[in-house]
Amino acid sequence: MSKNAPVSAFHRLRRRYGNTMIVALALIVMAILVNVTPLKEQTWLRVLFGVSALNFTLRWTVPLVLGALSGILCERSGIINIGIEGMMLAGAFAGFVAKTSTNHWPLAASLIFSVVAAVAVGGLMGAVHALFSIRFRMDQIISGTVIIILALGTTSYLYNRDAIAEGKFSSIPIPGLAQIPVIGPVLFDNPPITYLALIMVAVVHLGLFYTRWGLRTRAVGEHPRAADTVGINVNRYRYINTSLGGMLAGLAGAFLVLEAVGQFQEGMTAGRGFISLAAMIFGNWNPIGALGAATLFGYTQALQNELLLAGVTQVPRQFISMLPYVVTIVAVSGLVGRVRPPAAEGKVYETEGSA
Amino acid sequence: MTAAQPAQAQKPGAGPPKLEVLGITKLFPGVVANKDIDLALHEGEILALLGENGAGKSTLMNIIYGLYQPTEGQIRVDGSPVEMHSPRDAIDLGIGMVHQHFQLVPVMSVVDNIMLGSESVDRGLLDRQSVSAQIQELSERYNMAVDPNSIIEDLPVGVQQRVEILKALYRNAEILILDEPTSVLTPQEIEGLFEVMELLRSQGKSIIFITHKLKEVLRVADRIAVLRRGEMVGEADPATTSQENLAALMVGRRVTLEMEKEPASAGDVLLQLRDVEAHTDLGEPALRGVSLDVRAGEIVGVAGVQGNGQTELVEVVTGLRPATGGSVLINGVDMTNASPRRITEEGAICHVPEDRHMYGMVDAYSVADNLVLSAYYKKPFSSGLTMNEQAIAQHAEELVARFDVRTPSVRTSGASLSGGNQQKMVVAREFGRPIRLLVAAQPTRGIDVGSIEFIHSQIVAKRDEGIAVLLVSYELDEIMALSDRIAVMFHGRISAVLPRSQATREKIGLLMAGVSVEDEANS
Amino acid sequence: MATASSTTGITRTLRALLIPSLALLAALLAGAVVMILSGDDPMAAYSGLFKGAFGDGKGWARTVRKTIPFVLTGLSVALAFKVSLFNIGASGQFVMGSVFAVAVGINFEGLPVYIHLPLALLAGIAGGMLWGAIPGILKVYTGAHEVIVTIMLNYVASLFGGWTVYAGGTQGQTPGPLWDRTAGAISETPDVLHSAQIPWLFGPPYRVHYGVFLALAAAILVWWLIFKTPLGFEMRTVGHNMRAARYAGIRVNFTIILTMALAGGLAGLAGAIETLGLNHKFAPEFGGAVGFDGITVALLGQTHPIGVLLAAFMFGALDGGAATMQFESGVPADIIQIIQALVLAFVAAPLIIRMIFRLRQQTDQDAGSAVNTSWGGA
Repeated sequence: MSKNAPVSAFHRLRRRYGNTMIVALALIVMAILVNVTPLKEQTWLRVLFGVSALNFTLRWTVPLVLGALSGILCERSGIINIGIEGMMLAGAFAGFVAKTSTNHWPLAASLIFSVVAAVAVGGLMGAVHALFSIRFRMDQIISGTVIIILALGTTSYLYNRDAIAEGKFSSIPIPGLAQIPVIGPVLFDNPPITYLALIMVAVVHLGLFYTRWGLRTRAVGEHPRAADTVGINVNRYRYINTSLGGMLAGLAGAFLVLEAVGQFQEGMTAGRGFISLAAMIFGNWNPIGALGAATLFGYTQALQNELLLAGVTQVPRQFISMLPYVVTIVAVSGLVGRVRPPAAEGKVYETEGSA
Repeated sequence: MTAAQPAQAQKPGAGPPKLEVLGITKLFPGVVANKDIDLALHEGEILALLGENGAGKSTLMNIIYGLYQPTEGQIRVDGSPVEMHSPRDAIDLGIGMVHQHFQLVPVMSVVDNIMLGSESVDRGLLDRQSVSAQIQELSERYNMAVDPNSIIEDLPVGVQQRVEILKALYRNAEILILDEPTSVLTPQEIEGLFEVMELLRSQGKSIIFITHKLKEVLRVADRIAVLRRGEMVGEADPATTSQENLAALMVGRRVTLEMEKEPASAGDVLLQLRDVEAHTDLGEPALRGVSLDVRAGEIVGVAGVQGNGQTELVEVVTGLRPATGGSVLINGVDMTNASPRRITEEGAICHVPEDRHMYGMVDAYSVADNLVLSAYYKKPFSSGLTMNEQAIAQHAEELVARFDVRTPSVRTSGASLSGGNQQKMVVAREFGRPIRLLVAAQPTRGIDVGSIEFIHSQIVAKRDEGIAVLLVSYELDEIMALSDRIAVMFHGRISAVLPRSQATREKIGLLMAGVSVEDEANS
Repeated sequence: MATASSTTGITRTLRALLIPSLALLAALLAGAVVMILSGDDPMAAYSGLFKGAFGDGKGWARTVRKTIPFVLTGLSVALAFKVSLFNIGASGQFVMGSVFAVAVGINFEGLPVYIHLPLALLAGIAGGMLWGAIPGILKVYTGAHEVIVTIMLNYVASLFGGWTVYAGGTQGQTPGPLWDRTAGAISETPDVLHSAQIPWLFGPPYRVHYGVFLALAAAILVWWLIFKTPLGFEMRTVGHNMRAARYAGIRVNFTIILTMALAGGLAGLAGAIETLGLNHKFAPEFGGAVGFDGITVALLGQTHPIGVLLAAFMFGALDGGAATMQFESGVPADIIQIIQALVLAFVAAPLIIRMIFRLRQQTDQDAGSAVNTSWGGA
């Protein structure tokens, strides 16, 4: 079955990162074309591909890609995580509470403390999910659902509507790079969590495919018994990765409260956790693929904003708002093609000797 | 073909024991898997551990490999008692194991699989190059060629097995446990494996070779230990014992090694395959133009190494997998890509599937419900609107008695039966209705000798009733014992169909490996 | 779970009730701990809760009224679970059921009640079935996982529902087709015509309508379908072992689509009953949560229709008493949601309950849960 026929670079890209690469590449090419040529005089093209659309895209992409990375960490080790939505929300709420209780601190210290709090609470939710799934053998999809409902309930119960967070992260332009036309203002003039998210994509990618931890994580998710027979503690890797995944989801929550919105709102994740999941699948459980997918979904969100801002009234605004959700459905059903989830996903691993 | 003489020239294992098992007992809830077992393995010897399915061989080996903890007893390595809490401990003690079901991650490369758990790391990153070099070196030393960069799932099973052995050698194993290593190989590959084993022995490695195949034991072992129902029932010297003696020791009574049956009287063609093509689940070609006839009153055995299209062949015939080309005629009617139900009903076909847990039964259902799995919608089991539980139970009582399915009650869940009884339940359901064509895939996989004998006699009885039988098995012995004609499958094609009288193990072995018989004649 | 008939029916029933009851108890205890930690008085809260749910006729009426939609969305999720499908889409199906039912209910003036009401109910079922069938079809033909599709469809349904009653915008956006022109800037439909309203069993102030019998009938019907008919046998077989189902000649794809459609229909019926029986109109804020709670109800009821009835009643009581609890004790009603999540956690992981109450493991079947899932696709 081994085929040593030359595989074109394009096919290799597709095989590894899924179809998202094609879509994301097309988007980038279009954006550059539109912004550096007289095409930008066209209103509809500006709405579709202007710098503002791209800025919106990135802003929507950050929580999605962090959520997708969270899913990748969990699922590559064999734990299905549909609770990302809840972990994000819990992280957002923790970040908000930390911020409101440290409003009197210097802004930077208060913000960093709040990010740490969000990440910690996200990690805690991840650990709880792992505990449910591994120790208590709960169905992982149900455990994820519990995480979501628990987060929704707890944050609403504890939310103090009078509390106000003062201040949020602002942009830090990177000297030199920020002056590049189009790319500069889009990529190199952002607040810190945005940079961090992009760095995390590279870190997770490197970690998964080039380190001992990554090799073992993937083995545990694909064939836990094979890992067990060479002396790897399967469940320990699952606990660690699910907690790390929760931390990334918490970071996404921190982004929403401390960088994007500045305040907490009940249920403010609004389905981002689920769209992250779709991005993870669409990106074939690969960090770079997930970045491509998240960019695509982020773009549909941005498009929704741009269309509403541009005052498009021919189409009812509810239909414009459906765009991200519909695109997600289309992506998971039509465009995905053949993706391959980690083989041991969703199954409890029991060392046979424990009987 | 190399000469297969018993390797008496080699020095048999002597000196102090490398590994000792003393009074090992292992209890599982309700089962005594191992009872007070003693065993010693000397340096530089091949010890065969013989026993039928369920005798407790794998449990014992899993204890030695640290996967199970014994309930009682002790293990010594090089004379000193050891405690193993995980495979890690066993690996550190120089014990390596090649599992019956390979413990390889299919989507990863050979390098990654071999170093997993014992990675070589350079400045935080995996050092694949140095591991690759070590693999090259090992594979040259032990004469086991393998490309370190290929992906496991692209490799033939024989090569995957080499990777498993290299994996143990990479960890400096001195004691190697090979669990049923020959079940997936062609006769020639088996011979190659034995040569590797002998090479390893000559370099001082000690090997435990687990099997239930008598011929192989006599061919390669220095010493034979026999396990029956969890107990060590005896040791034998391959120089002085015989297959008959070993079989009796293994099963606990005399067994007939050869199936007694009348010559076939074949009638009309009932199943006719013409140039059938199909894909695997991953979309790769699996059947590349299969043509085959099966006549009423004959058993056609399909031999071949697992993964050469047999599974897909059975699925296409029974309607479970679409054919992408060619035609399937059952009793003269075109049934290509007909629904499974139409094939079952109009084709009067019954199917004993390869993997009973995957296809043949619903674990959570009662025996009674499992026995109506392919007829639940018919009268008297269903009136169309409601199910008739009484009729279902009655039907079950009859079949359970007729096919000797040992179950406390027909309401017991299928999952709680033993493997042999589950298989008899599947056979009861499939044989217990009027049929013209029987498709049996691996009908005796992983079950005890008593059940095997029963099922084999049922299959021959069906043939004698004038039913056409298509038998697929990866056990060449089973094919040889039952078939009237033997078709060999390789790489999605039927490479030859031989009458039983002309089929020798060697000839079939070559065909299974993809060597055509004419090539062999020319060389 | 084996077939229904069994001589040890009573012990089996008691055993089945044990875990859910203990789970409820444990969740109430844990809820108390949460309240104590955040400075609330759990005794006051729980007595307020009980009083609100069962304190008087109005309390009972409130509990029963709230139970009805939980029964139907719980059945919806439970039915899908039987086929190993996870229907997180009950809230979207509920909204679609409401919208379809109200569209029929506010039109067709002059129809007699015995035609108009069934027609409106059927429209609601059809709306839910449509919304349920989509994820089924996508799963079968493209391998899209129903969890993601149903969740996305929840958002789409909610936006679609919002659009149908949209009052229009300040920039001259067109109002939605079902918007009540007399409502001014409020986005809602006109009242459902009398001929399409479900009559009161107990009129105001109790406001319990005949929909309660529809819910009961639905539970019995689903029970009969799953355990007594060949179709139910097919569904359960697909749910336990899809390959064995194909082997047995069952049309697996058809079964999956049909099940999702039926599950959607049940949730749609819930929406229709709420609209035609209680709210008498549709507005964007009606719906949503009750669908998500269906998951908890289904699991608490061990995916058995009779269990779902009991679990729904319990949820009805929790919801029915929540407002009184908040009013009397000052504890935010959101605590109920936490308790519900904990109930779900404890029910889905009997091992936790066994640990807390130090029960011995009876059968290993308890450890298995209602679904076994992965993204594997079709």
